[in-house]
Amino acid sequence: MAKPSKTPVVFAPWEDETQKPIIQFKNVTKRFGNFTAIDNLSLDIFEREFFALLGPSGCGKTTIMRMLAGFEAVTEGTILLGGKDISPVPPNKRPVNMMFQSYALFPHLSVWDNIAFGLRRSSMPKDEIGARVDEMLRLTRMEKFAKRKPHQISGGQRQRVALARSLAKAPKLLLLDEPLGALDKKLRHDTQFELMDIQEKTGTTFVIVTHDQEEAMTVASRVAVMDHGKLIQVATPAAIYETPNCVYVADFIGDVNLIEGNSKKVGSDKYEVSWAEGQAALHGSCPREIADGTRVTYAIRPEKVAISADKPKDAANAIQGTVHDIAYLGNISTYHVMLPNGQVIKAQESNTRRLANRHFTWEDPVWLSFTDTAGVILTE
Amino acid sequence: MNYRRLFLIGVPYVWLLALFLVPFIIVLKISLSDIALSIPPYTPTLDLSEGWAGIKDFFSKLDFDNFLFLKTDPLYWKAYVSSLQIAIFSTAITLLVGYPIAYGMARAPEEWRATLMMMVILPFWTSFLIRVYSWMGILGKEGFLNSALMWLGIVDEPLTILNTNTAVYIGIVYTYLPFMILPIYAALDKLDISLLEAAEDLGCTRTSAFWLVTLPLSRPGIVAGSFLVFIPVIGEFVIPSLLGGSNTLMIGKILFEEFSSNRDWPVASAVAVLLLLIVVVPIVLFQRSQERQAEAQK
Repeated sequence: MAKPSKTPVVFAPWEDETQKPIIQFKNVTKRFGNFTAIDNLSLDIFEREFFALLGPSGCGKTTIMRMLAGFEAVTEGTILLGGKDISPVPPNKRPVNMMFQSYALFPHLSVWDNIAFGLRRSSMPKDEIGARVDEMLRLTRMEKFAKRKPHQISGGQRQRVALARSLAKAPKLLLLDEPLGALDKKLRHDTQFELMDIQEKTGTTFVIVTHDQEEAMTVASRVAVMDHGKLIQVATPAAIYETPNCVYVADFIGDVNLIEGNSKKVGSDKYEVSWAEGQAALHGSCPREIADGTRVTYAIRPEKVAISADKPKDAANAIQGTVHDIAYLGNISTYHVMLPNGQVIKAQESNTRRLANRHFTWEDPVWLSFTDTAGVILTE
Repeated sequence: MNYRRLFLIGVPYVWLLALFLVPFIIVLKISLSDIALSIPPYTPTLDLSEGWAGIKDFFSKLDFDNFLFLKTDPLYWKAYVSSLQIAIFSTAITLLVGYPIAYGMARAPEEWRATLMMMVILPFWTSFLIRVYSWMGILGKEGFLNSALMWLGIVDEPLTILNTNTAVYIGIVYTYLPFMILPIYAALDKLDISLLEAAEDLGCTRTSAFWLVTLPLSRPGIVAGSFLVFIPVIGEFVIPSLLGGSNTLMIGKILFEEFSSNRDWPVASAVAVLLLLIVVVPIVLFQRSQERQAEAQK
């Protein structure tokens, strides 16, 4: 999650009503023939935000990006950039630059000339271009490779050149289309932090498209989860993770246990979910009003489920089951516990002890427990 | 070195040796000989029955007289210059006509491309000679073109196109167009569309993106296509002799006349050797650019 370091202690312009968004989607629809790629979408993005569009492939996230860049025209609705409708502005006149998924570096030009390409098309004087390119090379730590051609540098370096090139014209808005998709895992992690660093240094608004939820959670100030051309939830990474608004989001982001049942109101925002014959109902809370008897889904993250040999005394929720499977991941272990009704619940534990000292093994009877605020009750 | 590999390399080498190098040495030898009224129509011929003295005698009779003769008659160097000129111009015209066609093919919808490619290659299914002859039928005084123009009322008198340099250019551009289109198409087809989008994103108009991105990246195709047209056109014989007039001067035609009409094999061979030297230069340049291209793609 991007560190909201600048002046307001918490960087949350979307909660401040006096803030004007830099980008506004107003009821935007995009169709390709019969296929609706974007379905009546409205969205505000604020200055200096690192905004992530997250979703499976074909959900429309790349279409949003291409509409912002100007490569696709909207079918209905308007997109405002700084309060002005940008639909009549061609891509080469928009104060928006894009970093392409394939990087799209010009193979016949050197790293230096690639970065200078956009500046040379602008009215910038020649000597300033040189200074700006050198600045970009320094920012991305590519000074040594200025004279190389794109095919003479590594994938990670190409990624940095592509970033430098798209930042060179100091765009109001930078679009990043799966910018780290081609990098291996370790390099991707390092580069994520580098991206955040550069975003903070330049103060540019970034919109990133990704299908990697971890990446979106790491870099973004806000994440928009998309599916079938619609925004499902737009919120900070923590809010998306802790309080997903529907089963789709809960399931898409991270690992989750989903238990279906019927709800019954027991307190102001407290509910009981009866989920299986002969089992104690689950206790949870929901800020929204739910009518008694509604079919709901109780969602609980594996790391919030504790596992023990004896029944915990004061736990709000406790279920008994047997260890069905253990996934050992080094730092953590995930226990797959089968309940009497056949459902499998995942519980995660940190491996604070050596593997040989593990408490549980296969077929052990265990108790799973969690507090009444750990899970969320979802109606959709 | 195993024999299998030696064999594999050996076959093409023996082929080239027998069918290119040996005939070239024979032509070179004839170019150094003198004309004679005999069969074969040149002297000396190698007579091994006289042993070492015969070989010595044979070599002492070879000289460069024929090459010196080519210098004295302006017809020859004029023919060389004119051939080069026609080759350069027709390569340029072929490029100007071929590039838009290749560009259109590369930008055509995927399902159309195979058909378009087929249409470019289709003329090769008919004999080259028949295609050139049919141009005579089209371009002649009473040909299709003149009939059509007169019928449309664009001209009153039939145009004289056949047996002029114009007809030669038409014939050459028509014949060699596929050799220009195919390599350019191959280069354009490989071009990543996102490069053009990136250029536009960075402030290029469609036109400037073409000059700054598309054209430089299709350069290998342009170079290959130009050489594939230029090299054979220099020595072209059929097109100028069928479509050209008496004042169309091309080295291939001279070569033919020296061989068959004059029966001056030594001079004809000298002309051929000189032509080869002229063509070798662009071939070497072509090879170099191909190697550089291959290296850049590593």
